[in-house]
Parts: sequence; C-alpha cells; structure tokens
Amino acid sequence: MSRHRHSPKVVTANSLLEGDTVWLTADDRWTRNISEAEFLEDEAVAEDRLLFAISQHDIVVGAYLADAASSGNGPVPVHVRETLRTKGPSNYFHGKQQREQPLALASHFERA
Amino acid sequence: MYQYSEFDDAFVRERVAQFRAQVERRIDGSLTEDEFKPLRLMNGLYLQLHAYMLRVAIPYGTLNSVQMRQLAMIAERWDKGYGHFTTRQNIQFNWPRLADTPDILDALADVEMHAIQTSGNTIRNVTADHFAGAAADEIADPRPVAELIRQWSTDHPEFQFLPRKFKIAVTGSPNDRAVTRAHDIGLRMIRNEAGEAGFEVIVGGGLGRTPMIGKVIREFLPRADLLPYLEAIVSVYNALGRRDNKYKARIKITVAENGLDEFRARVDTRFRHLRSHFRGADQAMLERIERAFAPPAFRSAPLGRYETVRETDPAFRSWTDANLAPHRAEGYAIVTVSLKAHGATPGDATSGQMRALADLAERFGHDELRISHEQNVILPHVHRSDLPEVHSILGEHGLATANVGLISDIIACPGMDYCALATARSIPIAQEIARRFDALKLEHGIGELKIKISGCINACGHHHVGHIGILGLDRAGVENYQVTLGGDGTETAAIGERAGPGFPAEEIVPAVERLVHAYLDLRSGRRETFLQTYRRLGIGPFKAALYPERVDANAA
Ligand code: HEM
Ligand code: SF4
Repeated sequence: MSRHRHSPKVVTANSLLEGDTVWLTADDRWTRNISEAEFLEDEAVAEDRLLFAISQHDIVVGAYLADAASSGNGPVPVHVRETLRTKGPSNYFHGKQQREQPLALASHFERA
Repeated sequence: MYQYSEFDDAFVRERVAQFRAQVERRIDGSLTEDEFKPLRLMNGLYLQLHAYMLRVAIPYGTLNSVQMRQLAMIAERWDKGYGHFTTRQNIQFNWPRLADTPDILDALADVEMHAIQTSGNTIRNVTADHFAGAAADEIADPRPVAELIRQWSTDHPEFQFLPRKFKIAVTGSPNDRAVTRAHDIGLRMIRNEAGEAGFEVIVGGGLGRTPMIGKVIREFLPRADLLPYLEAIVSVYNALGRRDNKYKARIKITVAENGLDEFRARVDTRFRHLRSHFRGADQAMLERIERAFAPPAFRSAPLGRYETVRETDPAFRSWTDANLAPHRAEGYAIVTVSLKAHGATPGDATSGQMRALADLAERFGHDELRISHEQNVILPHVHRSDLPEVHSILGEHGLATANVGLISDIIACPGMDYCALATARSIPIAQEIARRFDALKLEHGIGELKIKISGCINACGHHHVGHIGILGLDRAGVENYQVTLGGDGTETAAIGERAGPGFPAEEIVPAVERLVHAYLDLRSGRRETFLQTYRRLGIGPFKAALYPERVDANAA
C-alpha cells in the first residue's frame, strides 16, 4: 500500500503528578483542555513537536500523536478513546467532566 | 487469620520507604520515566487513561473488618470514594496522585497489606476459592497453602524476572470456584485412593489472545511435595520460556511448544533435585500457618426468624435463593453480597459500602470477608438466624441485590473507561444488559447464566469462559463487540466458541436478548441451564438467533 495521507494530529500525554490527560499548545504549554491544543496538519511539524514533548519528561509521561479534527472551537478528538480522555469515564461523572461541572458529582455516583 | 511476622512487617515497610525515595527522585527529575516505570510497576502503580491506578493485592481474597475499613479510608482520603474489586482478588484505586502513593502504601502496611508483585513478570497474587474455609463441599481450607505459596513467591530471588507474569490459583474443593484451569498453575485439592489429601496440578492454562485450558501435569501430588514441585515448574519455565516474543512468553505457550510430556520430564528431573533441598522447613511453616487459619468458634443456635421471614418476605426469600451457598457448619450459610446492583459498575464499592460490610462482618460474620473473582464480596460465616437483619442492613446500603449467578451478575473489566490498553468500553455494556433484563423481569426465570465482558483481547474480564462472552474491539475507531458462546470456568472448563461477526455498541444488548429468548424456547425445562442447553444442541440454533437475517438470506 502506498503511504497514507497524513491526518491532522495533536500532541497528548499524561501529567506526571496527577496522571491527568494534557495536550501541547503552540506556545509550549501543557493544557488540560484539548480545544487549546496546537492543531498539527503537517506531518514533519507533528513529529518535531512530539520530540519536544518527549523531552519534557519531568512534566509529562507517555507523549504521543493522536488524530484530531478541527472545529469552530479548536481541535476535537476523532477516536472514541481520545473522546473519553477529554471527558473522563462514562460510568461516573469523574475526571475532566467533573472539573467542569463539580456539582453533578455526588448525586450521580451515590445510587439509591 | 494469618498475621504478619516481624520479618514480613519489616520487609513491607522497607519497600514502602524505598518507593517513597523513588517517587521523590522521579518528581525532582533525577529519575526519567524509563527508569521509574519498572519501579512503580513493582509496587502496583500503573498509569491509565485519566490517572494513575494503584492495584492492591488481597491475598486469597481474604480480608478482616479492620482491613476493609482501611480500604474505605484510602478510597475516601486519596481517591474518589470508591474502589474496584477485580477478577484476580485485587482492589484497584483509579485516581491516586503520584505524590500520595507512598502514603497509601504506608496506610496499607498498617493493616498488613501491600501492592508488591501485583504487576510485572513475577508470581502474582495467589488466588483461592472465595468460599475457602466455609464451603460444605471442601476437603480442606486452601488458604494455608496459598499463604505458604505467597511467602515462598514474594521476593523470590530467582523469580523476579520471569519470561512473563505468572498466576497461581488454589481450590480446596472438587467444585472449582477458582478457575484453576485458566491459570499458569492451578491446584485442585483431591483425595487419593488411600484417602490422603493432595493436589491435582494443572499447568499452562490462560486466557488472553491465545486462550487455553490447563493440562494435568501431575494427577496426584502429596501435600508435602508442593513447594519443591512448584519451584520445579517455575524454574523449568524460567529457563525454557520465550523471552523473544511477548505473545509467546506465557507458560501455556512453553508447554504447547515443547509438548506436555517433554515439559513434565524436565519438571520431574528438576523436582528430584530440588526435593532434597527442602528439608521440612516448608512443612513446619505450613503447620504454623495452618494454626492461624483455625476455623472460628461456630455457635449452635436455633434458626430463629429465618424460616418465618422467608415465608412472609418475598424480597428476602428471593435473596436467600440466589445469594446463599451451603456452609459446612450446621445452621450457617455463606452469603454472597452482590456488587452488581442493576445499572451499577460491576465490582465497585463506595467507602460507605465497604464500611457497612466491615461492620456486618464484625457483628455477624466472625470478622471475615472475602472478595470473589466474580467481583462480589462474601460474608463466609453467617448464622441463618442473623440473615434477616443482615439482609435489611445490606438493603440500606444498596447491597441487597438478589442476582448472584444470574444474568446481571456480570464480570466486566475496566475497559476503555479506564484502561490504556482497551479497544472498547465494557462497563456500559454490563450496565445496559443488567438494566434491560431487570426491566424485562426475566432474570430469575432464566436462572444461572454467566456473562463476562472484556474490553480487549487480553481477556481480563474472562470472556472466554463466560457462558456468553463479550469481547470489545476497535473497528476503525468505532467500538464493536464479538460474542463467544459456551465458555465455562469451572471444573468442566471450556473456552467459548466465536459465534460470528461482531455487533456495534447499540446492537449488542438486543443480540444478547435474542440469545436468551432462543434459550428459553429451546430448553427442555426450567432446570436445564443455558450452558446445558448449549451443550445439548450446539452452537447452531444460537447462531440462528444471533444472525436472523443470514438465515433468511440462506433460505431465500
Ligand atoms: C487496568 C489495567 C490492566 C492492565 C494494564 C492489564 C493488562 C493485562 C494484560 C496485558 C493481560 C494479558 C496477559 C497475557 O496474555 O500475557 C492481562 C490478562 C489478565 N488480566 Fe489484566 N490488566 C488490567 C486490569 C485487570 C483487571 C481490572 C483485572 C480483573 C478484573 C485483570 C485480570 C486479568 C486476568 C484474569 C487476565 C487473564 C488471565 C491470564 O493472565 O491469562 N486485569 N491483563
Ligand atoms: S481486558 Fe483489556 S481493556 Fe480490559 S482491563 Fe484487561 S487490558 Fe484493559
């Protein structure tokens, strides 16, 4: 098979201290919100950004390139795995979704 | 219950102190992740999709109330107020912060628990029949032997870098509740013709991408020969096992590639050599351990309100029908507390629930609790006269679901909601199946039916040995679920057969429903279980129910 077309990417990893999911921004920060991530349409640039991410091993763990699509509100995930990483698990209102709406937690989890 | 010796305590404390220093050096940047990862895994700390995960061993599934309360405290103080009990009799905390993990390990050491060898290519937590020491059908309590194996295997210098992980399960009863045939080594207690207790030794079972039912390597092993024989098996595996290919590294492949006879011959040679080195110290140790597992002082009392409440309270009656098992002592029952309320996450318990269970064990259960590989909690010794009160207290904590062994008593691995290796979610599928059959009010009429769900080919959810197994896969970025039928994890173990193409997430619950309706139509009577019907008729009629459109197409 010939080389497949490059699909757009974001650089993602887990933070060292919390293990929380993070994305690399264009100005070299790590954000907890994928919409602020740098959207990488060029394959060579993506590889280069990944090398930079890997070098930040005292901040993040396990950096990799994940497929992403563009939206009116910055990059969004393509794969269901990455969608879960941006929100948190589907069985409880934990993880990132909890941070956004902290009030929903208790009632959702403590079942009758 | 076994209590740590001074040596055990000092060993665990020292490991925590070492790990504390390792975490500090990771955080201050003097260790890289490549250097740190093997160290954290040695202490049960994984990195999952959203956070770190700490896996804590519950040796042979046994806990007392003090330990259970400590797990509740840890969940509340350093996690999100709950823990996940797994098929390997471990508990996993899904949200610890890296810097807190040494404190968590110290809190575990305070109650004689740890996370050592819950990861890596070592001998993992030894699992046992969760009804050990209580079951009516038991030859002897398997836990002293499991404890002996734990002491022998913990920090065993020769076995810290095996070709791959190594799992041992023990059962003291001919009825196998410990899935011994799906372990690297399974030990099934039996009696020989002279009436002496010993073990049938099974080797090379395992699930994962190449599922295999273990083979009998030794039909009867006297109890006194256990450790030298185990050491012989593991050391032959250590020498022969493949280190070039991770997918061929488990002992099941070593046995398959070399042949059982060749493998057995090597084990026998090694065993003859090793046996002379074990000069009875292991047997003296076993005797000491056995004293620690002396049965509680069972009381002899009338059954009190038990029968009358059964007559008058249908909820209590249905719970006693589904959740009790026969106890060896007159007047007692084994209570399985379901962690599978319809729509709940299989195996999860909140801190409040853990404390309620600890209180019940203390008040009514001789202070004993067990974790089953089916992700439920057991109160192994409850007098029947106490059951009405136990049932009502369980009800106050959402723990009185009467569904043990039924269609909603599902095993599910964490799947893509947590696990970094997953290809699909498993928890929501389990939740939906349980809700659906609860709404249909069918589950008690269906009777015994085991559904097991894994979120990837690693098979942590035991799908291969589910009567109905569900395997979540990734088809071009979309979750897809494959069905296997006729698996069995007991003494009549079998690997399930793949039924055909997979189903998208929204079609898998209706597919299970078609299977169940087919069974209800086909069974010879109410007493014939799903598995029996499947064995009588084969996969044909179930395939037809799963893929009706294909049958139509063929007929056209
Ligand atoms: C969440 C992190 C987990 C990871 C990274 C993980 C990883 C794995 C891997 C790689 C295998 C395949 C091993 C092989 O075939 O050589 C496996 C098998 C297995 N795991 Fe897990 N697992 C996880 C969670 C669990 C949980 C939660 C349970 C219990 C519910 C569990 C129980 C098992 C069992 C029973 C097997 C199959 C038996 C066998 O070893 O053949 N694991 N796991
Ligand atoms: S079966 Fe796969 S998805 Fe499920 S816990 Fe194991 S490794 Fe993770």
